[in-house]
Amino acid sequence: MINWLGVLIFLLSGAAFGVIGIGISYLIQPRTKNRYKLEVYESGIPVKASAWVRFRNQYFTYALIFVIFDVEILYLYPWAVSFVELGLSGLIKMFIFIFILVLGLWYAWKEGAFEWR
Amino acid sequence: MFETIFVDAANWLRNLLISINLSPFVVEVFLHVVKMVVILVFVLLNVMWLVYMERKVSARFQCRVGPDRNGPYGLAQIFNDVAKLISKEMILPTHVNKKMYLLAPILIFAPPMAILAVTPMGEGMAAVDLNLGLYYFVAIAGINTVVVWMAGWSSNNKYSLVGGMRAVAQMVSYEIPLLLALVGVIVLTGTLNLNGIVDAQKSAWLIFTQPLAFFIYFIAAMAEANRAPFDLVEGESEIISGPYTEYSGMGFAFFFLAEYANLLVMAIMTTTLFLGGWLAPFGWTFIPSWLWFIIKVYFVIWVVMWMRWTFPRIRIDHLMNLAWKFLVPLAIANIFVTGLAKYFIGI
Repeated sequence: MINWLGVLIFLLSGAAFGVIGIGISYLIQPRTKNRYKLEVYESGIPVKASAWVRFRNQYFTYALIFVIFDVEILYLYPWAVSFVELGLSGLIKMFIFIFILVLGLWYAWKEGAFEWR
Repeated sequence: MFETIFVDAANWLRNLLISINLSPFVVEVFLHVVKMVVILVFVLLNVMWLVYMERKVSARFQCRVGPDRNGPYGLAQIFNDVAKLISKEMILPTHVNKKMYLLAPILIFAPPMAILAVTPMGEGMAAVDLNLGLYYFVAIAGINTVVVWMAGWSSNNKYSLVGGMRAVAQMVSYEIPLLLALVGVIVLTGTLNLNGIVDAQKSAWLIFTQPLAFFIYFIAAMAEANRAPFDLVEGESEIISGPYTEYSGMGFAFFFLAEYANLLVMAIMTTTLFLGGWLAPFGWTFIPSWLWFIIKVYFVIWVVMWMRWTFPRIRIDHLMNLAWKFLVPLAIANIFVTGLAKYFIGI
């Protein structure tokens, strides 16, 4: 339990460091008012429309395949840790599992999920 | 004497706190806070040094001298950079989503710090000895993606949006080969504890027993840390500075420093997992374990910087193909081979 408290201390320290750093900078930085400074950093001509738009769904496909693979890898780790205890039956079962994973990869490949259009 | 200097210091502090009748719980919490401060200072010093080293190494690869005007060998450049970054105005543009925009640079330092909590930096020198160390590393490393996407989306800038999208696609894609490569490591060591993984390398470093996994891991980790040739996220010549375009002053400084902190974390994890961590090669134990660790880490960092000036930045579709069509099948094949070899030969 004390270990996880230590982890929490480290996790919060990163964020606290960010707050302190920006706080110190806020206290000593110069501030000048300028309308143009607050505009979108682009090419200089008047900006057309917001950037909060619908974006190409190619990225979404990758995210979707990532989630599938990530969950499958989640099952591989416990198997890998207890590799010796599980023995041959564990090895065969996990090879069948990975084979199904490969099938999924092959299907996604065949359907063109990895083609950049 | 130098070998145990840090462990001795921690034990001395613990005994001191116990002797003034604090409860064990308070003592442990206090010790964790002290370790946290030490590691934070370690990270900051290293990051400041890495900014300088990057410029010097880059310069040497291009037959230049690099910064040499401020102080001896330009070393005062480090302090000038910090002073400049702190004292510049952080502009809060009118068109951004303010909460997300301010939260992103604050959170960007949390994942590297959290990962360094569990890495053994010398014999018995892990701040927190977690049984699930490797699992924890994998889980925390994923947070980076979210933070970069927060910065990219909240900026409401087209360049930031493209950069953020690329960041998510790239980091998410390379996480798969990285995770798959680590399965081979776990099969051989039989533990998720990082101390245990280092101990298991006493007979042979994992780079020799798992060369393919090391190759995959190294490429994927470079992509995760957004190092060139995989620095599409902030490809300066195409999308200004990617997700960080709208940031200025300290906000930008945090992203800039976090990038080097991530490079440090990547080198530390590579060292721990494949290069034997703090173990001394050739039995040269007259150099303390923590110094060996630093030497190995800086060797990995140097190789990464070398790669930056050897390979040109690759195109986004090539990047994706490399991850999904080359590294993932290779990593799966590595699991098969490792499983069979472990069972039948028993390495």
